[in-house]
Amino acid sequence: MTNVSVLRGDERAALALRALYSRYGYTQYKMNKFEEYDLYVRNKDFLISDNIITFTDTGGKLMALKPDVTLSIVKNSRLDAGVEKVYYQENVYRISDRSGSFREIMQVGLECIGQVDRYCIFEVLQLAAKSLAAISADTVLDISHLGIVSAVLDALAVDGTTRSALLRCIGEKNLHEMTTIAANAGADADRIALLARLVAASGKPSDILPTLVPALSSLVDSAMLQDFAALAQSLEESVQGCTVHIDFSVVSDMGYYNGIVFKGFVAGVPAGLLSGGEYNGLMKKMGRTDRAIGFAVYLDALERHLESDLSFDVDTVVLYDDSADPAALAAFVEAESADGKAVLALGALPEKLRYRTLRKFDGRGNA
Amino acid sequence: MKQMLNIALPKGRLGEKVYAMFEKAGFPCPAIHEDNRKLIFENEELGLRFFWAKPSDVPIYVERGVADIGVAGKDILLEYRPDVYELLDLDLGKCRMAVAAPKSFHDDPRRTLRVATKFSRIAANYYAAQGREIDIIHLNGSIEIAPIIGLSDVIVDIVETGTTLKENDLEVIATVVPISARLIANKSGYKFKNETIEEIVRGIAAQINAKS
Repeated sequence: MTNVSVLRGDERAALALRALYSRYGYTQYKMNKFEEYDLYVRNKDFLISDNIITFTDTGGKLMALKPDVTLSIVKNSRLDAGVEKVYYQENVYRISDRSGSFREIMQVGLECIGQVDRYCIFEVLQLAAKSLAAISADTVLDISHLGIVSAVLDALAVDGTTRSALLRCIGEKNLHEMTTIAANAGADADRIALLARLVAASGKPSDILPTLVPALSSLVDSAMLQDFAALAQSLEESVQGCTVHIDFSVVSDMGYYNGIVFKGFVAGVPAGLLSGGEYNGLMKKMGRTDRAIGFAVYLDALERHLESDLSFDVDTVVLYDDSADPAALAAFVEAESADGKAVLALGALPEKLRYRTLRKFDGRGNA
Repeated sequence: MKQMLNIALPKGRLGEKVYAMFEKAGFPCPAIHEDNRKLIFENEELGLRFFWAKPSDVPIYVERGVADIGVAGKDILLEYRPDVYELLDLDLGKCRMAVAAPKSFHDDPRRTLRVATKFSRIAANYYAAQGREIDIIHLNGSIEIAPIIGLSDVIVDIVETGTTLKENDLEVIATVVPISARLIANKSGYKFKNETIEEIVRGIAAQINAKS
């Protein structure tokens, strides 16, 4: 019999997400903890952190403890498989930004690789929203389109260094610096204003799109714009339990990602919990001509948010003395814990143990 | 109960000026004017909780989500690169990050430049952009004495009026970046308390625009 109440919040969330992805026909992808270091060196910019734990295996090959899952899945996916839909639950090893030391992070996610069509993209976005809804009642999924952001940046006709600085400002919603940098680079004032409007836009597709789409139509490919607008609107209408927002400040490395990118937030969790997008650039760099989209849910961020009631160490403490019959005591503990309670039998009561109920068990089997 | 918006302000004169802007924007917390040593003040009616923090710690509070918004100097943001939104330049606390050296300093590009600073990342990025090889000496204070006693060739530090530099026979030889106070927001908090945050941004932006 499974008693999920003994699981930590992040473990329960992982279980719910795996069940969700299975329901949509995604199969579990299980992989080794190690991968050849070379894979990560060739795709360093795709990784969140380029610090990797390495070691030399018995054959003299330089190996790495996986800092990322997507690269391994793409490397091992088949070119002729049509569409491969997989999910994973794996630990990855990365340096924490703040502490500067390595951490083991439990990550759950999915990848859709191959002949990715509009339905696949919609399904992945919908599953991202459903993943957030499965974790909390108050969540937001921000979606953006790098093709649109890129088209507006192209229209500014600035050099590569300025473009990188502008992208940083976009990610920070830093309109004041963005405007100054673009103006100093000699960009057209109207186009700078349009970029600022794009980055400032944040809200439901039905609120944002009616005015934004016409404003962008002179700079952005109309098919791309209409496609994105239709996708965002259908998502807003069909998703329940998660608020879908358009937010063009969601930017990822444009060398790897293009098209739709998205980020998920849960109220009370300070950082983005879910991150994903179309990574056709990575596919190209890995010699593939087909497409891919996926996302990861960083469950380590949920440790505090979803923790169970930790005000007690156990439900019941059964205190026994030397005369207690072990078999009778074991039967008593068994009966006490039958309804799922945590029951701890002890000969002496530790000073700081927190319990709901204390039962004393005497040598004759009475409590 | 109204959802509280947590606001981290830098302790000191800058923080007081910033609070005045919040007050003028229609987001007051009268308890803050009481003469005591309290660090946290609430206006339950408006759902506001202000707290005073060490200026360099404000981005940490905001990035970690215990503060939804806060005010921090651009120097701190450039040095620590917190993952936050930078919503406004408040046009307060204006100064610049600069390279300063003794008046007798002659830069010899054949030698590695020794740079003393509290802002290692800013200094490293500045010289990396120039392709200059440097040796960073990280100090936590009294940076001005480093070139005088031969610890470094130059310093990278915040310059307000330049008086301290002058008194130590140093002069600014280059400006790295202008600095001012910025209104920052936690990326998650911004999604869930957007209406109030945007109202504050509009109220403060109107004051900045009126001033300029």
